[in-house]
Amino acid sequence: MCTRLIVFLCGLLPALAGAEQGRLLATGGATSIDGAAGGGILPWAVIAGYGEEGEWGGSSFLTRVETGDYRLDVGGLALSYGNRVELSYARQRFDLGTLARDLNLPDNSLSQDILGLKLRLFGDLIYDRLPQVSLGIEHKRQRDFRVPGLVGAERDEDSEAYLAASRLLLGGAFGYNLLLSGNLRYSRANELGLLGFGGDRRDKHSVLKEGAIAVLLNPRWVVGVEYREKPDNLGFAGESDWSDLFVGYFPNKHLSVVLAYARLGEIAGLDNQDGVYLSLQGSF
Amino acid sequence: MRLSLLLVLLLAACASPPPPPKDDSLYRGLGELPGITRIVEGMLLNAARNPRITHHFDDVDIERLRDKLVEQFCVEAGGPCEYSGDSMEESHKGLNIDRGDFNALVEDLIDAMAAEGVAVPVQNRLLARLAAMRGQIIGR
Repeated sequence: MCTRLIVFLCGLLPALAGAEQGRLLATGGATSIDGAAGGGILPWAVIAGYGEEGEWGGSSFLTRVETGDYRLDVGGLALSYGNRVELSYARQRFDLGTLARDLNLPDNSLSQDILGLKLRLFGDLIYDRLPQVSLGIEHKRQRDFRVPGLVGAERDEDSEAYLAASRLLLGGAFGYNLLLSGNLRYSRANELGLLGFGGDRRDKHSVLKEGAIAVLLNPRWVVGVEYREKPDNLGFAGESDWSDLFVGYFPNKHLSVVLAYARLGEIAGLDNQDGVYLSLQGSF
Repeated sequence: MRLSLLLVLLLAACASPPPPPKDDSLYRGLGELPGITRIVEGMLLNAARNPRITHHFDDVDIERLRDKLVEQFCVEAGGPCEYSGDSMEESHKGLNIDRGDFNALVEDLIDAMAAEGVAVPVQNRLLARLAAMRGQIIGR
C-alpha cells in the first residue's frame, strides 16, 4: 500500500513541477537510504530537488538493496525550499530472509520510519568560496522492536544529527568535475536503527565519519564511492562499516537512477553481506 | 663561482622580464574564434528559447551582445582578443538576474558546447572561468 502510494507520488511529482528548477542537473543528488538527499548509503550536504532561491523542490524515491541473505526496501519523499531547507520522510523495511527461517524469529522483517530535517548553513556546492555545509537531524522510530529487544537493543526510538560538507570542484579530476563530501554523524543507531538504538555493549551516541568521492563523466553520468562508519553497540553480533561503488544516471531533472555494489559486511551475525543497490528517484 | 653565475642570471632576468608564456590550450580546445563564435551563438539561441531567461534579452542588441561575448570568452580562454565591453557589474545592472537565471544560462552554454562536440574537460575549464564571475552578475 505504502509502496503503491509512493509510486503514485513519483508519477505525480513532475506534473506538480510548474516549479522553476533553478539548479543545475544532478545538484539535488539522489536519495540516500535515510531519505535525505545525497548519495546511496549516506546523505550529502545537497538539498533535495532543484529549487533555488525562492523556489520549491522535491523528490520521491524507491530503493532496494539485495544481499542474498537480506533485503532492504526503502521508499520516501522529500520537500525543499529555497535550496535552504529539506524535510524528508522514509520508510525502511528490512527483510530478514535466511535469518528468520534459521532461528525461527517472531518477525521476518524489521521496519522503521525516519523523519529528517536538513538545513544548509552556508556555502554553495559549486560557486561560493566555502563548500556547502548542512546540518541534518533525523528522528527514527523502529516499528518491530521484538527482535531488536531480544538481541540487546535499549530503545525503539531515537534522534541523531549529522554535519555534512559537500563541494563540486569544476574540472577537479583530470578535467572532469569532482564531488567531495564528508559527514560527521552523532548516532547510536544499530544497523541504521533497524536493530534499535543503543545496546548492551554501548548505549552512548558515537561520532561517526562518512564520506563520498564522485566524478561526473558529463552532466548526466556520475560514478563514485562512499564509506560510512557504523557504531558497534550490540553484544550478540558485530556491526561493519559500509561502503559502496555507484553509477548514477540523471537524464533530466525529473528522473534519476543509481545502481551500486554495496559492501555491508556483517549484519546480525551473517558475514559478507555484499549486494546490489538500485534506486529510482523522481524529482522537481 | 656558482654564486656569481646565479647573480648574473638573476640580473639578466631582472633586466628583461620574459613575458609569461600564454596558455591558449583552452582557446584552441574551443575551436578558436570560429568555434567560440558558434558556441556563443548556440548559447544565445538556446537562451532565446529558454522560458526562464528569454525575457532578459528582450531589449538587448543581440549582435553586439554576441560580439562582446565572443571577445570575452576568447580572452577568458587565453586567446588573442581584447574585451571591449562593459564590466560584468555594469552590463547586468538592473537585470535582477537571480541564481536560477544564472544556472539556466550555464545549462544553455553546456548544451551549446556539447552540440559543438567540445570535450567535457574543456567545457569544464571554460565553466570554471565563468563561474568565478557569478558574484559580479547576479542580484545587480
